Amino acid sequence: MVKELRGKTAIVGIGQAGLGKAEGFSEVEILAEAARLAVADAGLKMSDIDGITTASVTAPMWAMPVIEYLGLNTSFIDSTMLGGSSFVAHMLPAIHALRSGQCNAVLVCYGSTQRTSSVNRATIAEVRRSFDPQPYEYPYNPLSPLSTYALAAARHMHEYGTTRDQLTDVVLAARSWAQRNPDALRRQPLSRAEVEESKMISDPLTVADCCLVNDGAGAYVMVRADRAEDLPQKSAYVLGAATHVWGRQGSSLPSLTETAAKVSGERAFEMAGVKPSDIDVAELYDAFSINTILFLEDLGFCPKGEGGRFVSDGMIAPGGDLPVNTNGGGLSCIHPGMYGIFITIEAVRQLRGHRGDGQIDGAELALVHGNGGSLSSQSTAILGAESTLW
Amino acid sequence: MDTGPQTKYFSLLADGHFQIQGCESCGACIFYPRVICPYCGSDRLYWFKPEGSATVYSTTVVRRDREKGGDYNVALVDLVEGPRMMTSIKGIEPDQVKIGMKVEFHSIDTETHDAVYFQPAGNA
Repeated sequence: MVKELRGKTAIVGIGQAGLGKAEGFSEVEILAEAARLAVADAGLKMSDIDGITTASVTAPMWAMPVIEYLGLNTSFIDSTMLGGSSFVAHMLPAIHALRSGQCNAVLVCYGSTQRTSSVNRATIAEVRRSFDPQPYEYPYNPLSPLSTYALAAARHMHEYGTTRDQLTDVVLAARSWAQRNPDALRRQPLSRAEVEESKMISDPLTVADCCLVNDGAGAYVMVRADRAEDLPQKSAYVLGAATHVWGRQGSSLPSLTETAAKVSGERAFEMAGVKPSDIDVAELYDAFSINTILFLEDLGFCPKGEGGRFVSDGMIAPGGDLPVNTNGGGLSCIHPGMYGIFITIEAVRQLRGHRGDGQIDGAELALVHGNGGSLSSQSTAILGAESTLW
Repeated sequence: MDTGPQTKYFSLLADGHFQIQGCESCGACIFYPRVICPYCGSDRLYWFKPEGSATVYSTTVVRRDREKGGDYNVALVDLVEGPRMMTSIKGIEPDQVKIGMKVEFHSIDTETHDAVYFQPAGNA
């Protein structure tokens, strides 16, 4: 059973490249640089990598060019595309492949140049209308995916009394964390008034509630735990991992105020044998400000409907009881189309104790939660330092 | 079947009919139209004209420059038969649409024939 997989694998290397604007570089080029750094960080050689997981916003056959470019010889390949959560979702298949002996070292990698490439976010949105049609939504011209998150926020406000101020609390907390992260792309001070005066895009969400659009690549390397002991970095052991999907389109989801994170979270916590109150630091995929509130609730950090009140009074900001999105989040750190790899990297850095000004003292248990599509795919992983192994 | 349910749905709209599916096997009403029932897996689905009454589940105003057509409403409504669908509420300012508001069938888009609009109940 899945519980037996607790702590049997670890993330032993991480790398990032092309953060912000990767002018003059292609997606696979910055991906390869992140991969090179992750493999070196793990104390391995590229020839040691015999498993790969990757996904692309634009290229459906993406694993093949990546294998080709890196010169890999892989016995395990997974290129499941679940949107932004993909690189959290890839963890469980990687665990199975490592445990079964199908492979010995898995490289999880992603790169996007959607900020500087001619194939930018607007072009992708246009192409997606024919490649990934949603004929029962597109005729009404929702901003995709923004309007679904706006509809979720509006409904959450209606059902639970969540306020515009509380969404602003999420935005401000993310910025405060970004100011403690030299890698974060938006670090300038941000006031409550500035957020309140931001341009409305799809009510109640303003431009300040939306994640950044940048270039960036990230990679991490997983091996079996016994091998991890011999490698140079402090290992981040994978204690729990689960993914759940209830649907693709916002209009087809059973609820916009409760997501499939409830299921992925329960499964990940069960596998890890820990509970929300044990978690030292949480990295929750904040493509939009409402996400943080929804996932705090669905993952059990607070009761359903209490997320808005939970984030007020600085609870998730630096100095708060539950540090959330300690890299600055998708809202203020980075968001190159799919962000799941970056929350994983941040969690590993926290467990290593390498986060400088943003370090959570004594962080031993980190939760990573990935989201994809329009609240469509939900992937939760729980990572732990060596002290959390049984 | 002559065509898939997606083509059939849009053909019906083009002919001026808004219809959805029901499942003979489990009794569920289904939107969007499918080949099998997502609740029980049965392929015994039939078409019918919904009452046209619905309640707003959520609503947003998409902000757009005036020269490009101005702000517009995007909403999710729960049909009285059960299913939820995306729509746009007409006959009211986009920001005046409220969650919980009762709405009724308004029209099928006269140019594209691919969209079904609702209006506040009792507006007609």
